[in-house]
Amino acid sequence: MHNQDQKLIFELSTSGRIGYSLPELDIPEADLTGLLPDGYVREEEPGLPEVSELDIMRHYTSLSKRNHGLDSGFYPLGSCTMKYNPKINESVARYNGFAHIHPLQDESSVQGALELMYDLQQHLKEITGMDEVTLQPAAGAHGEWTGLMMIRAYHEANGDTMRTKVIIPDSAHGTNPASATVAGLETITVKSDENGLVDLEDLRRVVGEDTAALMLTNPNTLGLFEEHIVEIAEIIHEAGGKVYYDGANLNAVLSKARPGDMGFDVVHLNLHKTFTGPHGGGGPGSGPVGVKADLIPFLPKPIVDKRGDEYVLDYDRPQSIGRVKPFYGNFGINVRAYTYIRSMGPDGLKAVTEYAVLNANYMMRRLAEFYDLPFDKHCKHEFVLSGKRQKKLGVRTLDIAKRLLDFGYHPPTIYFPLNVEECIMIEPTETESKETLDAFVDAMIQIAKEAEENPEIVQEAPHTTVVGRLDETTAARKPILRYQA
Amino acid sequence: MKHRYLPMTEQDKKAMLETIGVSTVDELFSDIPEKVRFQGQYNIKPAKSETALTKELFKLAGKNADLKQNASFLGAGVYDHYMPIIVDHVISRSEFYTAYTPYQPEISQGELQAIFEFQTMICELTGMDVANSSMYDGGTALAESAMLSAGHTKRKTIVVSSAVHPEYRDVLKTYAKGQYLEVVEVPVKDGITDVSVLKDLVNKDTAAVIVQYPNFFGRIEPLKELEEVIHEQKALFVVSSNPLSLGVLTPPGKFGADIVVGDAQPFGIPAAFGGPHCGYFAVTNKLMRKVPGRLVGQTTDEEGRRGFVLTLQAREQHIRRDKATSNICSNQALNALAASVAMTALGKNGVREMAAANLQKANYAKNAFKAAGFEVVYDGHLFNEFVVKLNNPVKQVNQKLLEKDIIGGYDLGRDYPDLANHMLIAVTEQRTKEEIDTLVKELGDLHA
Repeated sequence: MHNQDQKLIFELSTSGRIGYSLPELDIPEADLTGLLPDGYVREEEPGLPEVSELDIMRHYTSLSKRNHGLDSGFYPLGSCTMKYNPKINESVARYNGFAHIHPLQDESSVQGALELMYDLQQHLKEITGMDEVTLQPAAGAHGEWTGLMMIRAYHEANGDTMRTKVIIPDSAHGTNPASATVAGLETITVKSDENGLVDLEDLRRVVGEDTAALMLTNPNTLGLFEEHIVEIAEIIHEAGGKVYYDGANLNAVLSKARPGDMGFDVVHLNLHKTFTGPHGGGGPGSGPVGVKADLIPFLPKPIVDKRGDEYVLDYDRPQSIGRVKPFYGNFGINVRAYTYIRSMGPDGLKAVTEYAVLNANYMMRRLAEFYDLPFDKHCKHEFVLSGKRQKKLGVRTLDIAKRLLDFGYHPPTIYFPLNVEECIMIEPTETESKETLDAFVDAMIQIAKEAEENPEIVQEAPHTTVVGRLDETTAARKPILRYQA
Repeated sequence: MKHRYLPMTEQDKKAMLETIGVSTVDELFSDIPEKVRFQGQYNIKPAKSETALTKELFKLAGKNADLKQNASFLGAGVYDHYMPIIVDHVISRSEFYTAYTPYQPEISQGELQAIFEFQTMICELTGMDVANSSMYDGGTALAESAMLSAGHTKRKTIVVSSAVHPEYRDVLKTYAKGQYLEVVEVPVKDGITDVSVLKDLVNKDTAAVIVQYPNFFGRIEPLKELEEVIHEQKALFVVSSNPLSLGVLTPPGKFGADIVVGDAQPFGIPAAFGGPHCGYFAVTNKLMRKVPGRLVGQTTDEEGRRGFVLTLQAREQHIRRDKATSNICSNQALNALAASVAMTALGKNGVREMAAANLQKANYAKNAFKAAGFEVVYDGHLFNEFVVKLNNPVKQVNQKLLEKDIIGGYDLGRDYPDLANHMLIAVTEQRTKEEIDTLVKELGDLHA
């Protein structure tokens, strides 16, 4: 161990210490061995730590200080919508009647929870322009797969069993093709044209009788609105396919364009992005899916319905693709998203998108002089730069990202989308002030200057973090995936 | 409009529009075709102030019968357990909960190390070599184990015990449809998987056999005998396990399990109407590179300092796209952190003590039911659940119990037609002797 190493909790363990307070065992105690079959009583104790409650709090406080969250500073991670996570959401999700209810309780005893779910479904239907919504999928990728399974079931119900191909743009999130594979479908890539949009000619070339669906993010991952969306949807619909909306970038179009009106048949939302469920260091998320009327029969079951004054879980759905998750989805995240929507209202959501787009365009214009701007037009909620110019000076996009750490920023998304060289993808969101945007832009400008005048300082960054660049090659070649005493 | 989450002033806006070179924000949306441009406002409820909204939602939450005010005997995969209060204090630190996936390791060492510790704890409890950083929940983790098995063995049939959680089996069937896999169910005999039938069902087409330990009826599956049957046909042995029970039970790893999955909800994670919980996924070293989802590994920086990174990413969707081992991206990181804190607080002794208390109290309750003249079905060794036969429909009985501030057990008739009027009763360390005795008495009164 290096003398500056942060200790693992196991290295803080001392035999005999405890950090718990279990309820009293107020019944007569029986001999454990008689209660379990021979050979099934655990003999070796699990190597869990033995620490006091203060040890635990200090350990995790220390770890938290080694972690950058959105509350720590600006987090302009493209395609991730790192906006402020309102604290009211956290409070509401912890109400006993939401946090501490069992999913299998009698429906009469969870009417409040079902009402919230039903009303969230109603709100999401209006926001997306779809006819019905399921809250069951746990995350965006889970929603994608759920949507594709429904599309497959729809085609199969029509006897259309040869529709096995999903068309996906080269700029798409990696989850799109991966979800297609898990849904038993094959991926065909459609190219982007010189404007960064779906190449219509290429789309016409790949579409056909085997097309199950097109998956599209709009605006796409370059932050550009697919201007030919009406035509794109027509091409797919005429061929008998369905059009799928990846809702990762919905923050760009709230109250401006609804997927349902653009011709999309299925949409998933990332409630942990646009609707402020916190990212939690990688999850949990929530990925509701909305569909047009002809796909309603295939929704996962159950869904929440209202009959008279009563809210019910509807299981009687014979054409449903089945369950995609035990119980009813990540309810706790859905409560947060609902609280957010109710805090914003229609005017608020409209302003969200307007500021998200204003902020992105402002940053893009300020940075355009210092970095290559591959697509010089108004962006939506995010934009991409290319680090090509800096690469010629020996400074890679990765170096720029690492240098930003020294300024206290989380870097933008880098090397994605794949169709832009040395890509830097910036999404500021609407919750940041002009001062924050300006300070970040100034740091980016300084780094561009450093690349010209003093490239080493960028190439060797970060200089201020608790660890320097880590050896990822050895980590993968000789994996150490757990602590061993 | 002004809103506490939106900091831009009119003055800011004006200056920014000028820099951009447009006169209105609307111009920035000119690329949206007129035909699909949304006009007007969403027809949704108007915004409410913080006070008004919390008041409304507090009232809405109050319409639910919660586990704090009622004594719960409902389990079936989600349990009311001791949650060390410290858990919520740790996960409320916003450096954790407002962070994204730790793709920038230099400023994410806290999260990465916490997950590395989680992976270690899951390995320790299950007796496996490698555990990932979490799955959505126990049900999807189980379904992913089937996909891994099919890919690894190049076989197309999944054999699953009917004593596996019914909703987990439903999820498995949906995923299996996606992958064109066949799912075959093994019946139960006396509440445990029928090994003699299993012998006939497992063959050269079997990718995996999946059992639950303790199973859905609370019984302890004979993993030793199952392992022999399964591995004889070179199928993978998958065990779905309540990790708390492994405080007292011999871990599946000791019995030769290839994959162990489950849900860490018993460790510090609220029931939350079924989610978010925290799936876990553990394997032998042999299957390490086929694991779905994120893995954290230990490494060093250029000065030799220990650090942690996301590793073996060549398995994952953002690198491999359609060839990835799974499509999972977001997982349940914050809940994995919660489970780690709970496992840390309990530690080596607490996990055993808490598991033993479940065993003790459930056995006490079972014996009390028997003494009161109830028939306990599938009677035998159990962990914290058992099955009691009632005279009346479980739904009806549960509605009566609610009037006494008791949340009754699970209605097995929902999934097992032969078990209509049978209640699956869970007794955790949280239930007091008084609550147990009251339940027995109330059910006795309803029974008469």
